[in-house]
Amino acid sequence: MNPLIVGEDIWKVYRVGDVEVQALRGVSITIERGEFVAIMGSSGSGKSTLMNILGCLDQPTKGRYRLNGVEVGQLRPDQLAEIRNQQIGFVFQSFNLIPRTSALENAQLPLFYRGLSLKEQRTLASAALQRVGLKGREHHSPTQLSGGQQQRVAIARALVTSPSLLLADEPTGNLDTESSQDIMGILEGLNREGMTVILVTHEVDIAAYASREIVVKDGQILSDRATKERSHAVGA
Amino acid sequence: MLAFMWLTVITALRVLGRNRLRAGLTMLGIIIGVGAVIAMVSIGEGAKQAVQKQIATMGTNVIMIFPSYMTIGGVRGAQGGAVTLTVADALELKKRIPTLSETGWLIRSTMQIVNGNRNWNGSVQGASPSYVTIRDWSFSSGGSFTQTDMESAARVALLGQTVVENIFEPGEEPVGAIIRIKNVPFRVIGVLSPKGQSVQGTDQDDVVFIPFTTAERKVFGTLFLGSVGGVFVSTERTEDLADAAEQIRQVMRARHRLQGEQPDDFTIRTQVEIGKVQEGTSETLTVMLMIIASVSLLVGGIGIMNILLVSVTERTREIGIRMAVGAKRFHILIQFLIEALTLSVVGGCIGILFGVLAARLTTVIAGWPTIISSDTIAVAFVFSVVVGLFFGLYPANKAARLNPIDALRYE
Repeated sequence: MNPLIVGEDIWKVYRVGDVEVQALRGVSITIERGEFVAIMGSSGSGKSTLMNILGCLDQPTKGRYRLNGVEVGQLRPDQLAEIRNQQIGFVFQSFNLIPRTSALENAQLPLFYRGLSLKEQRTLASAALQRVGLKGREHHSPTQLSGGQQQRVAIARALVTSPSLLLADEPTGNLDTESSQDIMGILEGLNREGMTVILVTHEVDIAAYASREIVVKDGQILSDRATKERSHAVGA
Repeated sequence: MLAFMWLTVITALRVLGRNRLRAGLTMLGIIIGVGAVIAMVSIGEGAKQAVQKQIATMGTNVIMIFPSYMTIGGVRGAQGGAVTLTVADALELKKRIPTLSETGWLIRSTMQIVNGNRNWNGSVQGASPSYVTIRDWSFSSGGSFTQTDMESAARVALLGQTVVENIFEPGEEPVGAIIRIKNVPFRVIGVLSPKGQSVQGTDQDDVVFIPFTTAERKVFGTLFLGSVGGVFVSTERTEDLADAAEQIRQVMRARHRLQGEQPDDFTIRTQVEIGKVQEGTSETLTVMLMIIASVSLLVGGIGIMNILLVSVTERTREIGIRMAVGAKRFHILIQFLIEALTLSVVGGCIGILFGVLAARLTTVIAGWPTIISSDTIAVAFVFSVVVGLFFGLYPANKAARLNPIDALRYE
């Protein structure tokens, strides 16, 4: 089986006024299905840019990126949107739920854009909320939920489409220790069930949940090592 | 797709419902625009129909021939002052022009009309029986005089509603009564149904008809027998009016022995010409209303665009989230377009309600006739939809073209 993610010599160059910023300078990365990877680095290291490219929110300036065998680099915005919808689930630091909208409707959102019937949307979204332990909170709006609960809604939204890749960008950055452990527990559980999880963080103890640690600095990969036995890996 | 549309409409309503005051103020532009259009078009249509009714009171397919002015020692007299038009002219026209279905003539004067101790200064018209027919007069009681009355110069009279009101007690039956005009007794044989104002604004019901011969010989006195104040003819079909008018001109010029360069000594007016003048007026009115309508709808549309741009900015992050989970440009575009459409359509519907109400109030309070046609309402509705689409497109497109990363990072 192909690796889930194959990135070859990925460059990303921004132009801010007259200044050229090289956010990524020749990053090559391969991630197998079922891995739990932590991408670490200080702010400005290029880890967010790497995550945006891996998450198909952005495209490399140079280089190749294949997700699940599909060359992503040359796709048009709508095709990228479709890939995000089908293959990727996002969890953000600031939860990014739609305000004044119930937990259920937030979790439904990807299915809504997939064009499922209302009934299917509800069924799948309820199941996803139950999976993250929010049964009975379906009709609460984000302001009625704690930070940890909001992040759980975000995880439910990310996994409702059964994506092949779950991308978590500082998922515990806005949470207290207890909630952080909850969230990481959920991500760990999802990985154990076979989902590929990429975690972007700068906290060492959060990164410790992962089985592989990639450190990014100045737009390049500084180190890439396995930190645990990949006991639950699928495939190779 | 259906689920998508349905949920998008629900979302739009919910978003607008959260900012009720803002949505209301935005809609106000459309409400006023559409309301003004409906009210004004209704008033315009009402006025137009009132004019058409007035034109119809002239009769059907009527051509009028009046004597022209007379010049005495270089001084031009009033229109109709010459005595060049005669009964013989009228009879000749009827004989020579086959498309004419009726030919009538009259002579008129303002005189004192007396009944018992009441009197009234009104228009007395000596007319041929056919004139009463051409002008489509109908009777509220009694009937018209006949050719026999005309030949025998009978002293019979037909009274208009205004005259009846002024010389009879309320409830008194005029038919059969004897009235006096210039001391000549007349028996009333018919009362005319009211026609109201003429196109020129005179009271058409202020009239007494007596047979032409009676007027000529027993009441008015005349310079020479057979001269008339006007000849009225009608054609069977409206299309024949213009041709008939031209034929009349030629017959008249020949009869009056006018040489090539000499001007006509008569004036011809057709009902169609008078109608056209009135139509021109109402067309000007319609154009003015269209301009006002488009300006107010434009202002309303700009209001919608403005508030949508604010909404796009406020919800940039939300747009980013939606894009991250897989919304395509089309989805975002539709979402904001539907918001714009909701504003304009709801505003349009309220505007229609207000417009209809305003038109009704105009009728009730000012007494102006108004006509609210379903066409007007349909057009106003379509306009509000078009305004929503047109002015929603720019902000919606702006939202749809956002870069997901920038949108997600937007604070």
